[in-house]
Amino acid sequence: MGTQVFDVVQQQLAPMTGEFSRSHGTLVIALPPAALLDIVRRLKSEFGFDLLLDVTAVDWPGQAPRFEVVYHFYSTTHRVRVRLKTRVHEADPTVDSLVSLFGSAGFMERECHDMYGIVFRANPDLRPILLYEGFAGHPLRKDYPKQQEQPLVPYRT
Amino acid sequence: MTMAATTIPIHAAKQRSPSFEYLSTKKDELVGWARKFSLFPYPFVTACCAMEFMSVSSSPYDTDRFGAALPRFSPRQSDLLMVVGTLTHKQAPILLKVYEQMCEPKWVMAFGACATSGGFYQNYAAVAGIDKIIPVDVYVPGCPPRPETVIDAIMMLQDRIARSQHLIVNDRF
Repeated sequence: MGTQVFDVVQQQLAPMTGEFSRSHGTLVIALPPAALLDIVRRLKSEFGFDLLLDVTAVDWPGQAPRFEVVYHFYSTTHRVRVRLKTRVHEADPTVDSLVSLFGSAGFMERECHDMYGIVFRANPDLRPILLYEGFAGHPLRKDYPKQQEQPLVPYRT
Repeated sequence: MTMAATTIPIHAAKQRSPSFEYLSTKKDELVGWARKFSLFPYPFVTACCAMEFMSVSSSPYDTDRFGAALPRFSPRQSDLLMVVGTLTHKQAPILLKVYEQMCEPKWVMAFGACATSGGFYQNYAAVAGIDKIIPVDVYVPGCPPRPETVIDAIMMLQDRIARSQHLIVNDRF
């Protein structure tokens, strides 16, 4: 496996960003939201991480930056994965969109916006993709009531 | 050469049996008997129960034996709405529109645990049973239901059709 690319990535990117760790054979980088776009651009162009696998988020209720936006990338040359994590506050849950680098980020960011309310700056189309127009709230946030329904059709009495 | 061709009249010796000349029934029963053997299902298939629907309609179990085999993919040509699988809130307006497009007489079968009650989904996305949206005539439990259960439900529905009053039967018919 090409895990030696991790050492190179860590060496090169260390001045720009925060913590590095390894988890289940994956390089994990925790970084501030301001550094995200630069790091992803360098991962793609210099280190061959050319496939965006997933964009999702984690809600940590009670913690200071409440949301953690998580990205997974895969390198088709080195055949290894790297995971980026960045924390955003509840008051302004905004990160930069990756659509300028990966077209596939568009739909995944829309889903993440549906479910967690993360705002992806410069994503041109953040309409609901799995939910429907008029749905209030974000169902995968921990404070969304588990059984709260928002029916589109009035129930029969 | 005097060999005369003999013709044998087919019904010559057969006596007419008077017992089969008349049939007495009620108009409702006659219409019900006709309708219960010509159910045209509309499969509103949303989820994994579809596999069981395919199984029950294909040859080993064969709903054609009950006259309920030919799926019509237009609601206007069908009279049995089979809701097969989970109904989400996003789909509920579509189901209601399909139901309203069907002509009378029409019946609805809730196929599987999710269509019956929401099944194990108790969340923001799933409707807890299609009977919150449209009236249901027969519920089929199971996750997914056995083909025998579906056949039993069709037979129950046929019984109900045979016993019910039909709007087409009035003083002019």
